[in-house]
Amino acid sequence: MSILGEILIAALLVSGGAFGLVGAWGLVRLPDMMTRLHGPTKAATLGVGSVLIASMLHFWLHYGILSWHELLITIFVLITSPITGLFIAKAHMHLSWQQGELPRPPSGVEWCTYGRGAENSPIVSVDGPEKPCE
Amino acid sequence: MSILNLALMFAFGCFALAQLLCLYRVMRAPGFSDRVLALDTMAINMIALLTLFGIQRGTQVYFEASMLFAMVGFISTVAFAKFILRGDIIE
Repeated sequence: MSILGEILIAALLVSGGAFGLVGAWGLVRLPDMMTRLHGPTKAATLGVGSVLIASMLHFWLHYGILSWHELLITIFVLITSPITGLFIAKAHMHLSWQQGELPRPPSGVEWCTYGRGAENSPIVSVDGPEKPCE
Repeated sequence: MSILNLALMFAFGCFALAQLLCLYRVMRAPGFSDRVLALDTMAINMIALLTLFGIQRGTQVYFEASMLFAMVGFISTVAFAKFILRGDIIE
C-alpha cells in the first residue's frame, strides 16, 4: 500500500472520529431539544460516512477487494437519518408544545400532529372539532 | 507503529467517548425524545465501531452486523416516534 493512500485513510479516520465525538458532545451540551437534534443527525452521519469510506479504501488498497457493503451502509444511513430527525422532532412537538405555540400552517388547515388520529396517543389529549389537516 | 494504526486508535477512542456521552444522555435526560435521540445516536456510533474493528482485524465479517445495526436502529426509532404520535405503530 502506498504511503499516500495510507495518509488519506488515516485522515478520513481522524476526521470521522472527530465528527462522531463532536456530535455526541453536542447531544450532551446543547441547550434545548431542537438544537440537540442538530448535533447527532448531522455530525454522526458525516463521521460514520467518512469511517465507512475509509474502510472501503482500506480494503481496496490493502487487499485488492473492492467491496460495496460500506457504500450500501453509507447510503442507508444518509437516507434514514433525516427521517429519524423529522420523526423525533414531531414527537417532541407532540410532547412538549401546545397547539397555540406553533406557527400556523398555510391556508387555514391544522397540523396533522394535533388533528384527527392522535386521540389514541397515550400522551396527547385532543379536543375541539376535527379539521382538515396537512 | 504506523500512521494507520495511530489513526485507528484515535478513532476508536473518539467513538468510545461518544458512546459514553450518549449513555450519559440516555440515563439523565429531560424528556422522552432526548432518550430516543441518544439511543439512535448510539446505534449509529456502533456502526462506526464495528467498521473500525473490521479494519483492525482485516476482515469483512462485520459488515452484516453493521447493516443490521443500521436497520434495527432506524426501525426502532421510527416505531417509538409513531407510538408517541398515534398511540399505535401499525394502523
